[in-house]
Amino acid sequence: MTNAPIMTPETIVNVSLALLLLGLPLVAQTMGEPFYITLATRIAILALAAVGLNIALGLGGLVSFGHAAFFGLGGYAAGILATHAFDGVPLFAGIPGTASMPIIWLVAVLVCGMIALPIGAISLRTAGVYFIMITLAFAQMIYYFAVSWPAYGGEDGLSIYVRNEFPGVNTAQPLSYFLICYAVLMLALGLFWLLRGSRFGASLQAARQNATRLSAVGIAPFNIRLVAFAISAMVTGLAGALFADLNKFVSPSMLSWHMSGELIVLIILGGKGRLFGPVAGAMLYVLFEFALGGITERWQFFLGLILLGVVLFARGGLLGLLAGKARHG
Amino acid sequence: MAEPILEIRDLRKTFGALKATDGVSLELRPGEIHALIGPNGAGKSTLIHQISGSLRPDSGSIRFLGQDMAGLDMAARARLGLGRSFQISSLAQEFSALRNVMLAVQARQGTSFRFLRPVMSDKSLTEPAMAMLERVGLAGRAHLPAAELSHGERRQLEIAIALALGSKAFLFDEPMAGMGPEGSKALTRFLDGLRHEAPILLVEHDMDAVFALADRISVLVYGRVIATGTVDQIRNDPEVRRAYLGEAA
Repeated sequence: MTNAPIMTPETIVNVSLALLLLGLPLVAQTMGEPFYITLATRIAILALAAVGLNIALGLGGLVSFGHAAFFGLGGYAAGILATHAFDGVPLFAGIPGTASMPIIWLVAVLVCGMIALPIGAISLRTAGVYFIMITLAFAQMIYYFAVSWPAYGGEDGLSIYVRNEFPGVNTAQPLSYFLICYAVLMLALGLFWLLRGSRFGASLQAARQNATRLSAVGIAPFNIRLVAFAISAMVTGLAGALFADLNKFVSPSMLSWHMSGELIVLIILGGKGRLFGPVAGAMLYVLFEFALGGITERWQFFLGLILLGVVLFARGGLLGLLAGKARHG
Repeated sequence: MAEPILEIRDLRKTFGALKATDGVSLELRPGEIHALIGPNGAGKSTLIHQISGSLRPDSGSIRFLGQDMAGLDMAARARLGLGRSFQISSLAQEFSALRNVMLAVQARQGTSFRFLRPVMSDKSLTEPAMAMLERVGLAGRAHLPAAELSHGERRQLEIAIALALGSKAFLFDEPMAGMGPEGSKALTRFLDGLRHEAPILLVEHDMDAVFALADRISVLVYGRVIATGTVDQIRNDPEVRRAYLGEAA
């Protein structure tokens, strides 16, 4: 039961990935290559977004094709609050904007949770392909809303002129900002780990494996899935807020279905339901984007081939290859 | 006569032209094993599905512990104490046998919205779950994924889950199916003792088990109950012999 060895192959892989992601920007810093720090920050943020999706998709088996909605909403929360703070114009009813990251994060997370509840409540009445389509439809609605709403840049997006502030940290420094994102990612991974091992996590994973069984013991799968969907959206929304601050820019492309697909691809590449699957997936993805993207504009064609290979020959993704099959207690 | 635990009145369910359940009335009394037998396609599983809440009847009523079950879904009925096993075993396949039972223990405690404490080191879950596995003789297989258990072991596991729920009535749909003769005998002995804990509505094809266990038997043919009675009454009922048992019985 709990007498498993402490250092399982998976733990070793996880620790290595965490150290690798931390080491890359540190080395880049000493070499005076800030570009690689930005690259590592991008990995950390995409991984965070995918950790969020991994709660719904990996643990709950809910293939949300609309998580870009939450990624983008988090981004817009950061952009809108920062713009109002910068211009000194109140949001509404005299409430001012803010450039404080912790407040922005809180708003992003709450907004995503509140919007995920009704979206989830409707989408979760369906399953399979219909669930995929309805989550996509909701995300597209929000996408077109952002495109056609001129107040915040519409199609052109919204710039954040100065990166938002975090108490006691100079966020303008690439390495400092990376460390913030990395810390948030590690906290989210900790949350995922706790969630997976908890009573809630047990119900959620049972809902994926066999919803009838869950009903037969008296737990309604719908309620479990709905809460999971909301938590999942909140984590992805937090990543969106960080992403906006990384690029100092937010645009409807963060809300587009390409983004939703990208998040799913990250999870499949890394290994769905695995703790560090999203981290491995994001590392691979950004690496491909960077390495292949330097050689050819058609790098996504080759990414497609690799994805095909993973789905056909390595179902467990990179984590499955490195650490073997997932184990349940 | 004691108040029935489960009371079914004039239940009807049709699929197109097929009358799968055609005016079934049935009672499950405290302390009894009530066997439901009938040829294939008689509508036994359809009836179990309606009682457990996975299928909605067209008309008629189901009362459990004096409460009307209309409008309650499967999860709500399970929380009230209706424990079931499935004709084709239905388990969380990736979870170990222990974790499958632990899920029932946590459901009974009503604590599924706890997000942080790890279940595997939580004795309030593992100990009762292990005790149930011991009762059905699966303790030695506790840490195997349900998918790796034998057919018969999965049946035992389903019963352990129903026990862990603290069920006030059991619906067992062919629990002996796929078991060897030894397994059937052991399970027969086990169910024999279980009736004192909660009454059992037992769908079963194994006639030896049915005749050994049942206090009463109802015979279902083409969606209708053609006879209800004790083992002897059913054995000697001419209509039952013709419809189901065949002249050899």
